[in-house]
Amino acid sequence: MERQVNQKGWLMVLPAILVVALNAVIPLMTVVNYSVQDSFGNNQFFWAGMSWFVELLHSERFHAALGRQFIFSAIILLIEIPLGIIIALAMPRKGWGVPVCLVLMALPLLIPWNVVGTIWQIFGRMDIGLLGHTLASLGINYNYTQEPIAAWLTVIIMDVWHWTSLVVLLCYAGLSSIPDVYYQAARIDGASRWAIFRYIQLPKLKRVLLIAVLLRFMDSFMIYTEPFVVTGGGPGNSTTFLSIDLVKMAIGQFDLGPAAAMSLIYFLIILLLCWIFYTVMSLEDDEPQGGVL
Amino acid sequence: MIRFKWLIPTLYIVFLLLPIYWLINMSLKTNQEILSVFSLWPRDLTFANYKVIFTDPAWYSGYINSTIYVVMNVLISVTLALPAAYAFSRYSFLGDRHLFFWLLTNRMAPPAVFALPFFQLYSSMGLFDTHIAVALAHCLFNLPLSIWILEGFMSGIPKEIDETAYIDGYSWPRFFVKIFIPNIASGIGVTAFFCFMFSWVELLLARTLTSVSAKPISAIMTRTVSASGLDWGVLAAAGVLTIIPGALVIWFVRNYIAKGFALGRV
Repeated sequence: MERQVNQKGWLMVLPAILVVALNAVIPLMTVVNYSVQDSFGNNQFFWAGMSWFVELLHSERFHAALGRQFIFSAIILLIEIPLGIIIALAMPRKGWGVPVCLVLMALPLLIPWNVVGTIWQIFGRMDIGLLGHTLASLGINYNYTQEPIAAWLTVIIMDVWHWTSLVVLLCYAGLSSIPDVYYQAARIDGASRWAIFRYIQLPKLKRVLLIAVLLRFMDSFMIYTEPFVVTGGGPGNSTTFLSIDLVKMAIGQFDLGPAAAMSLIYFLIILLLCWIFYTVMSLEDDEPQGGVL
Repeated sequence: MIRFKWLIPTLYIVFLLLPIYWLINMSLKTNQEILSVFSLWPRDLTFANYKVIFTDPAWYSGYINSTIYVVMNVLISVTLALPAAYAFSRYSFLGDRHLFFWLLTNRMAPPAVFALPFFQLYSSMGLFDTHIAVALAHCLFNLPLSIWILEGFMSGIPKEIDETAYIDGYSWPRFFVKIFIPNIASGIGVTAFFCFMFSWVELLLARTLTSVSAKPISAIMTRTVSASGLDWGVLAAAGVLTIIPGALVIWFVRNYIAKGFALGRV
């Protein structure tokens, strides 16, 4: 759509900008401020320059948390994206099944994150949980508070349970935008099931899949509440992801300087990904679309 | 193969519902039964756990607090996002693309980064432990999201509608309220749904910004988790009660969900 040049647009955007700026700019400046200072308490601060950043970038603890974070996000994407596509392809297209599927599948998305944690904390316990108890009676030692592997499995299954529906709903929305004519043409040509997926459905899904991949990547990169409730970052540090480590540092130990430096690096990583997201989206957007994006 | 296609969504839904069923199952048991017998359904059905929540102000005030700030947040987000989204979809102005990108980056900001500065900011404004503080803080990610979704819906409305209205002598505010808003009503519904969703499920900021009088239900639950002697039954009941508002909201917007995800590009 052709947009008319009108600087009054600024006035209409201003109230929203002010509220977001209050929440984004001032806290960000606070973080920048802390990241270059050291404090010995008593509200006395000293200039520390870049030392926190240097220290952090060489710290084993940060490397470990960052590594765990990338592994976690990679596993999540490898499971949730293909699973989401398969489920969306198998979903009914019309009839009473559609609203039933949509409502039941959207349910986990609307559950407060700590309750998601609580649900899995209970479900996985060996004494009172269905999953833990079943596995225990099969002779598998599934004690997620002590076994790092069980803890990882619990966190990953929990995230799959929690967020695959988002991928399903996005793909379903993408699939239902494909006109019937395409399928009829494919049937006349005698196309195989795979050919239909590869040449009709996948190209149409490209756009929503990009959104799904990046949303899932970013949200799994910021994950805090669910693993915090279930494992508290343990056993040991095995499920301490970046956000958990950050909150431990900032609020648990009150190490403001290092925590602020870590916040900034963390935010920059996400910002970089966000920029790639935005650029790729703008390039890939071959369908005519109105608006800025 | 086609005949068994229904099996995949069915299995997935069973997988989704099992943990939720287990939570409901536990909420209807006594603590003694939870810890002593392992049973797939409650042997002696009890509603005592729910009674605890509905009679103890420390519990039910959490639900009231959460509802208050979520509603405030939805109202603030939608009201401020409407004109902003209109400007982004209709006008071209200096720096619009950069502004839009900057707004979106805030959706990507990890709340953990902002927890401590938020505490200091809202304390210094004297808003600590108030509902409006949490509502405003959640605007950080809900407002950009609302603008994004609404802009998608608004760009689907042909521009001729605006022009015809002006020719008919409508002023901008009158046109916006009388003609434009009814046209994007479903978009506003979808936006409100997503704002509700993200504000209702968020814990970290809500917990950081409250202590007593605006404490959300999710924070009350984590406190109980960390205490010794866990009351599993009450915890499960509290969990079940947090799912209900979400389930109700989904039921109301079920016909728009798919459309909202596609158009809203969430």
